[in-house]
Amino acid sequence: MLLGRTANGLYWMSRYIERAENMARLVDTGQRLALTRGAEAVEEWNSVLSSAGAEQAFAASGAEATQHRVVDFLLRDPANPSSVMSSLDTARNNARMVRTALTRETWESINEAWMSLKGLLARPVDDRDLPRVLDAIKRETALIRGAFYGTMLRNEIFDFAQLGIYVERADNTARIVDVKYYVLLPSVSWVGSSLDNYQWEAILRSVSAHRSYRWEYEAEYVPQNIADFLLLNRRMPRSLCFCYRNLTQHLGYLAENYEESPQCLELAKNTLTGLAESSIRDVFDIGLHEFLADFIRDNNQLGEEIAAHYRFY
Amino acid sequence: MVAFDEMRPAESGLRQPYSAYDNWLSEQDPVRLTEKTADAERVFRRTGITFNVYGQAEAAERLIPFDIVPRIISGSEWRRLTQGIEQRVQALNAFLDDIYHRQEILRAGRIPRELIADNEAFLPEMIGVRPPAGVYTHIIGVDIVRTAEDEFFVLEDNARTPSGVSYMLENRETMMQLFPELFQRVKVLPVENYPQLLRQSLSAVKPQSVNGAPTVAVLTPGIYNSAYFEHAFLADQMGVELVEGQDLRVVDGHVAMRTTEGYKQIDVLYRRVDDAFLDPLTFNPDSALGVPGIMDVYRAGNITLANAPGTGIADDKAIYSYMPEIVEFYTGRRAILGNIPTWRCSEPDSLKYVLEHLSELVVKEVHGSGGYGMLVGPAASKKEREAFAAKLKTKPANYIAQPTLSLSTCPILTKKGLAPRHVDLRPFVLVSDRVRIVPGGLTRVALKEGSLVVNSSQGGGTKDTWVLDD
Repeated sequence: MLLGRTANGLYWMSRYIERAENMARLVDTGQRLALTRGAEAVEEWNSVLSSAGAEQAFAASGAEATQHRVVDFLLRDPANPSSVMSSLDTARNNARMVRTALTRETWESINEAWMSLKGLLARPVDDRDLPRVLDAIKRETALIRGAFYGTMLRNEIFDFAQLGIYVERADNTARIVDVKYYVLLPSVSWVGSSLDNYQWEAILRSVSAHRSYRWEYEAEYVPQNIADFLLLNRRMPRSLCFCYRNLTQHLGYLAENYEESPQCLELAKNTLTGLAESSIRDVFDIGLHEFLADFIRDNNQLGEEIAAHYRFY
Repeated sequence: MVAFDEMRPAESGLRQPYSAYDNWLSEQDPVRLTEKTADAERVFRRTGITFNVYGQAEAAERLIPFDIVPRIISGSEWRRLTQGIEQRVQALNAFLDDIYHRQEILRAGRIPRELIADNEAFLPEMIGVRPPAGVYTHIIGVDIVRTAEDEFFVLEDNARTPSGVSYMLENRETMMQLFPELFQRVKVLPVENYPQLLRQSLSAVKPQSVNGAPTVAVLTPGIYNSAYFEHAFLADQMGVELVEGQDLRVVDGHVAMRTTEGYKQIDVLYRRVDDAFLDPLTFNPDSALGVPGIMDVYRAGNITLANAPGTGIADDKAIYSYMPEIVEFYTGRRAILGNIPTWRCSEPDSLKYVLEHLSELVVKEVHGSGGYGMLVGPAASKKEREAFAAKLKTKPANYIAQPTLSLSTCPILTKKGLAPRHVDLRPFVLVSDRVRIVPGGLTRVALKEGSLVVNSSQGGGTKDTWVLDD
């Protein structure tokens, strides 16, 4: 037996922890790209903002997209509900709300992450300290994940938290690819210039996949392969396909548990079938951007259907 | 006026209950003890045992300072205390039943009628309502102070929603982690079964219509409440759901919670939401913390609320001054635990006396709690006393006054070693089919030298409280 509000709290707790981690990785990528782009750095930071889904919020602040301002906005700004610090605040508040559903280790890992990052992000981060701070964010979120996987019972509580993780992650990966989709299109793939190599590496790095790409594909960066890796690969833990395999699995456990077959499970299954049975050529035929726009919309809808079916509100 | 020190009273040296502890203490390295204090603080922070201080946004979550020197009570002292407490809580429940039914005590002229009729804590909605098993106040925190070897007084009866029991439990847990060897040398009665006792106690007063084990839940105002940690802690330890008003609604004449599989009936609700917010249809219509219609379910006998609405009339500070009469009226015996002499400022003679002796007295708001809105005469400046006197004259019925008691002291660990500080004690009492009291309680300690205010919101700390198995 689980309260709807608790399921909601678990779902959003995980989403926001995932979001904090993704944000750190995006900032990391942005910083690397900016280093190589010189005068065009502002453009890079703008694309980081749109990958983060924070373009409008940033524009509302009226600031220019300089590295310093964007980094501050994405890491610390309380006006940005998706900044690392806002995300951790929200995650911790949700964790406090569902405290009785969490193991002591899980709660303490979240609380400690919050305390330590609150200290690190109390003031604007100096450029020289940025790598250290980003590492700390990734480490803290990894510790939370470790405590969670290591101690939580595999029951519905676990399932709802997993749904949050994978809905958020799928959204994040889809956005990253969508913002940079033009460098993956076949029409420009012939270039192979050093600039494009940087772009491709940056995309892979933003999902921590620049090493694993080489284990799965040939050493050279080939745009279609990169798209395949991030969208359709079954083994890559941040690919859309991987996310949907997990979503279907956990929705399946819930359905089994409650002895029913809800609409949201069907929705997830359909999306998974689409991902599993398509080749990257099919995706390019539909149009990469169109494909991703549809995906982001369906993914959001899945989130809403989960909330409605399991009485989150 | 020298305060009675519970470890080393001025006249007689070390007291017996502290002898085993003192032996252990003399073997300890002072530096290591200081480190242990820092360890304790880390444990509390990591666990998230914090409380929210109203009106201090920047320090939204604070720790209550914890002192590592235990407050020790002998088994025989404890037995005497519990007799007095049992008598008192029985009288409180009998008083509540009477006051919401025949009002015999008013008819007998033992308490002035207007004290009830004009009292905001009296809920007319409860007139004629008899809760399951006739229990009104299920969980009570009786604040007790000590002034000498054999002198204990009740300072306050917290009969609404007393808090602090989670600190009693976490303080013990922390002490056992920090000093495991100490617990092998000194036999201390356990407190850890409190959550199980609470669950048993709540289940024993389930509604009559419920067959089998009742579904119990804890109702919290939410994560921004100052005692949220405790609400979550108790729900967790009892293995019951922690619910908010938004999770509940009335379904088919019962209160039910929204789960991922639909609505599930609740039979016993340990509510940590104040009366005024419990039911927007009956009380404060703006309340989003309560459950619309829950009072109808309650009156129909389909849910147990712990504590019952309207128990505030029993722990009101104006009623407090009549507690000796109340205990005698319902139990037929003199109160075992004494009251502190109290001047009711509503009475002209008393008001006159209080105004003339403001520098010696403690003046409290009748409806206040948490140490807010109170004047400690001897510690206040002339200006503060004058300002308070003005308030007192405008609304005398709002205040009571008591002599400044010389509260007993216990040592705390300071940078310069052990030093005495004033303490009080809040044992937690469970009332249902019988009275259950865990051997221990929350010892609050004023950390500032000479201070008599032990409230956590006013810079007080806590100590582990030991009742010896002797």
